[in-house]
Amino acid sequence: MTDDELRKVANEVRKGIVVGTHAAKSGHPGGSLSAADILTYLYFEEMNVDPKDPGKADRDRLVLSKGHAAPGLYAVLAERGYFPKEDLETLRHIGSHLQGHPNMNDTPGVDMSTGSLGQGVSAAVGMALASKVWNDGYRVYAILGDGEIEEGQVWEAAMFAGNHGLDNLVVVVDHNGLQIDGTIEEVNSAMPIADKFRAFKFHVIELADGNDMAQVRAAFSAAREVTGQPVCIVAETVKGKGVSFMENEVDWHGKGPNDDQYEQALAELEAAGKEL
Amino acid sequence: MADVKKVATRVSYGETLVELGAEHDDFVVLDADLAASTQTGKFKAAYPDRFFDVGIAEQNLMSLAAGIATTGRTAFVSSFAMFAAGRAWEQVRNSIGYPRLNVKVCASHAGLSVGEDGATHQCCEDIALMRAIPGMTVVVPADDVEARAATRAAYEHEGPMYLRLARLATPVVNDPETYEFKLGKGIVLREGTDVTVVACGLMVGEALAAAEELASRGISAEVINIHTIKPIDSELLLASAAKTGHVVTAEEHSVIGGLGDAVLAALAEHPVPTRKLGVNDVFGESGPALDLLHKYHLDATGIVASVEGLLAQE
Repeated sequence: MTDDELRKVANEVRKGIVVGTHAAKSGHPGGSLSAADILTYLYFEEMNVDPKDPGKADRDRLVLSKGHAAPGLYAVLAERGYFPKEDLETLRHIGSHLQGHPNMNDTPGVDMSTGSLGQGVSAAVGMALASKVWNDGYRVYAILGDGEIEEGQVWEAAMFAGNHGLDNLVVVVDHNGLQIDGTIEEVNSAMPIADKFRAFKFHVIELADGNDMAQVRAAFSAAREVTGQPVCIVAETVKGKGVSFMENEVDWHGKGPNDDQYEQALAELEAAGKEL
Repeated sequence: MADVKKVATRVSYGETLVELGAEHDDFVVLDADLAASTQTGKFKAAYPDRFFDVGIAEQNLMSLAAGIATTGRTAFVSSFAMFAAGRAWEQVRNSIGYPRLNVKVCASHAGLSVGEDGATHQCCEDIALMRAIPGMTVVVPADDVEARAATRAAYEHEGPMYLRLARLATPVVNDPETYEFKLGKGIVLREGTDVTVVACGLMVGEALAAAEELASRGISAEVINIHTIKPIDSELLLASAAKTGHVVTAEEHSVIGGLGDAVLAALAEHPVPTRKLGVNDVFGESGPALDLLHKYHLDATGIVASVEGLLAQE
């Protein structure tokens, strides 16, 4: 797909995030919207996946280590055709296959159950290792939050991946700068992020605007060229990107829009879509 | 008893892994810098391409193993019980238990019989922690024969499993010629009529010795080996309790949440007088393993005392 086509898809994904978190009256729109462009690129351009055969053995894997961005993952999976888009309106409802945090046994296309921070990246490392052990040939992608990397387990996983030169692994840090209790600098800064991953033997790609599709494409294309090392893409993003009143507002980490906010958000995204 | 063969169940586990490695190539073994102690080092020596040491990083150990298992393979992971079941509990729950993955958490150095390392390393809470996780199968082998069979059962079993292994070499009580392991099925090792002694792990051998002593005192003890704490063999326990009318449980684990509580839960609707012998809500201490077990009444003498105490109440 062209970048313009991908931008249109990403805009639809954003609508799906708004629809889901509105229907749930909860959930995490901010960190879903910041990662929407990266998720879109991965599922529509980068990864070898087949929505008709979600479990195919040689598929590329994505682990949403920041599992609270489930509305974003669900929206992109629905957009890609893994399940009907109407399902997004059941997000977090009793009996829905769309749990508050992703569960691999519930939702087609979800490769790992996540939500407890720091664990997903370890699972991604395990998948990448398995691909090497049995020569499966697939690639593995993990998306982490910038607050998430305060978890010590992230660095246990990074140490292993770096020491084993897992060059089929791409770890993305969605660096939107905010976590529940405030900015990451205020809470307990994990900066500098790129230097930390370099110290753990990763090839680091600094993505200046992780909400710009052309730059996203360039970053993942460059990641494919790396051999002998895992890759970390540190993506500068805007939390709440695409919905004006959610952008860079820590309040929108973990709550759903009310009816008025829902209407406004959808109107903004509708207008943005027309300009694409 | 001097000529009785003694083997630590961790050794049985390590040797069986090597056998399984020759038979199957769809599993890996992971450790966290304790391969010599947990005995996974034997597998490492035989199959270095299928062994990975994550270093001293038990959280990563569990979730990484889960990632491997998502590909349809099996991962055996080992550390000490304290770190596998304790430190990494939430990883076992969320990365392994919730997605129902084929990760076999095989933890050595459980219980007081760790010995000299002392309380920080004597995990007496692991059965309680692991059985609280939905879908987690919990197995405590009694001896070398059972540990070998249980390791094979772990490979065959679909889903997560916790296998509790010991550092201390203990007597082999099962006959390898006739022994049969069935997951979830208890084994009546000795029939009796006055009291049922339910044991797991190294307390099974002690229960048999206690039954001998009790017989000399005119008390007929039935001895049941419950190697699978979860799911527990309620049917067998109910039948035996109905027959003898008294139950004593014996485990090298806290009396909170372990075998004793699992047995009591199984008998809850048809209760009989029961006494739980275990680590009585205290931390352990340093010392030679056998001396420690004796001090904390986790031996045949302690079982005899528990049985006599229970029967004397009537």
